[in-house]
Amino acid sequence: MTILHDRPLAITLALLFGVLIFSSLIGWRLARRVQSADGRDTVANLNARINAWWVMTAVFLAAVVIGPLGSVILFALMSFLALREYLALSPTLRADHRVLLWLVFVVLPLNYLLVASRWYGLFAIFIPVYGFIWLQIRAALSGATEEFLDRTARIQWGMMVAIYFLSYVPALLMLDIPAYSAEGRNFALVMFLVLVAQASDVLQYVVGKLAGRHPVAPRLSPNKTIEGLVGGVMLASLLGAALYRLTPFSPVAAGAMAFVICLMGFAGGLIMSATKRDRGIKDFGTLLPGHGGMLDRIDSLCFSAPVFFHLSRYFYA
Amino acid sequence: MFELLIIGLVRLITGAVGRSFGFSFEPPQQRIYYANHTSHLDTLVIWSLIPREQRRRVRPAAAKDYWWASRWRRYIAEQVLHCVPVVRHRGSAVENPLQAVEAALRQGDSLIIFPEGTRGTGGGIQPFRSGLYHLAAKFPEVELVPVYLHNLNRALPKGELLPVPIICTVAFGTGLRLITGEARGDFIARAQTALEGLASL
Repeated sequence: MTILHDRPLAITLALLFGVLIFSSLIGWRLARRVQSADGRDTVANLNARINAWWVMTAVFLAAVVIGPLGSVILFALMSFLALREYLALSPTLRADHRVLLWLVFVVLPLNYLLVASRWYGLFAIFIPVYGFIWLQIRAALSGATEEFLDRTARIQWGMMVAIYFLSYVPALLMLDIPAYSAEGRNFALVMFLVLVAQASDVLQYVVGKLAGRHPVAPRLSPNKTIEGLVGGVMLASLLGAALYRLTPFSPVAAGAMAFVICLMGFAGGLIMSATKRDRGIKDFGTLLPGHGGMLDRIDSLCFSAPVFFHLSRYFYA
Repeated sequence: MFELLIIGLVRLITGAVGRSFGFSFEPPQQRIYYANHTSHLDTLVIWSLIPREQRRRVRPAAAKDYWWASRWRRYIAEQVLHCVPVVRHRGSAVENPLQAVEAALRQGDSLIIFPEGTRGTGGGIQPFRSGLYHLAAKFPEVELVPVYLHNLNRALPKGELLPVPIICTVAFGTGLRLITGEARGDFIARAQTALEGLASL
């Protein structure tokens, strides 16, 4: 088992569990201390979030330990759950049913099959070319013309975010980086991306709660503040630099990569907030207690993964 | 085993989130859950949200002409869901279409029924048939619970074989009963308004 013999990874995992245990202890103490009704709600939400983090960490690590196929299956399932939430909020017509069946039961599995078979050339264009064209043909064949562009655009965008973008996370496993991939260390690159993107979310939230004053985009999301953004992104970028031994990058390059991941993640959060605002909802679902739905948790990952993948591929593979 | 498999599949496809608006499964009592009907998944979704120990005594009413038409459907209707048959197209005027349903209520079982009588397209709720009134008048101790199903017509619309994954929410409303002396039309209107009220929540 490579994972247990990989020293930087072992240290990272030890730190990760250290942070989780520390958070749980703080949450437990706060729950006993805080008296006001308002404060109790906040603490209850915080503890729900922390508990969900334990579950998510366990599921993610289990998938990574199983190996590449485990990661591919996990992310395929995440795409499925994300689509389930996205479709619930994207009005389509009865006539789109067959298009949606193609999307969920053909495009999604084929896309992840390409990831699993490491066929980069076809994976990169499968959805942007063939998925887009075929779904549009199928929608036209259904014969319903009402709001044709609106309906099909919604479906196509869902395919892009929930399937294509997200699948770039396990796609990191197929990168061939000299000296690095030969040792079978690509899963550490997946871990680097996921850790930095999620840490950036958490740190932006924490810094925003502690010192946030000026909202970045008050109409989209009152909780995202400039202070939280700057502080969270800086801290998460430093974390990325500190985790450089997980990656083939130098410490400075790892910090720069982490910085890009953070920015893309922040943008992803904003885009999905705008979508939620448009539909008049706060969360995409209730799957993860305290966090909302699957899409609420992975929005930053969806937008940072493709950029991180292509930067790594261009400069290192 | 089969029951858990079906419930797992229904949860995977629909997410099946139950929301209560003045309703609680506790304490257990005999109830008639009445819902809007747009999909073959409707029954399964409500059934899957009822607590396990109560589920055994909840019997969905199912159209006899459809669910008893093939061996497979009949197996699911009888062995898995413990459905009670409802005669939709009355053959002879003497036969009471709700005979089996009333027998189930007399035994103390709860019911899931769709008072619109047939599946709609998901637009508005169609006018209720009067069966709900007859049951409420004959079994005044049974609580009638409005259940509004969101999105199920999108997950599995009429005429389709395969479902698409879409989060479906199920709103359980405050239970109601027939008021002494209430006319049939008034009661049906009240029950329908209670269900429609859940649609906008």
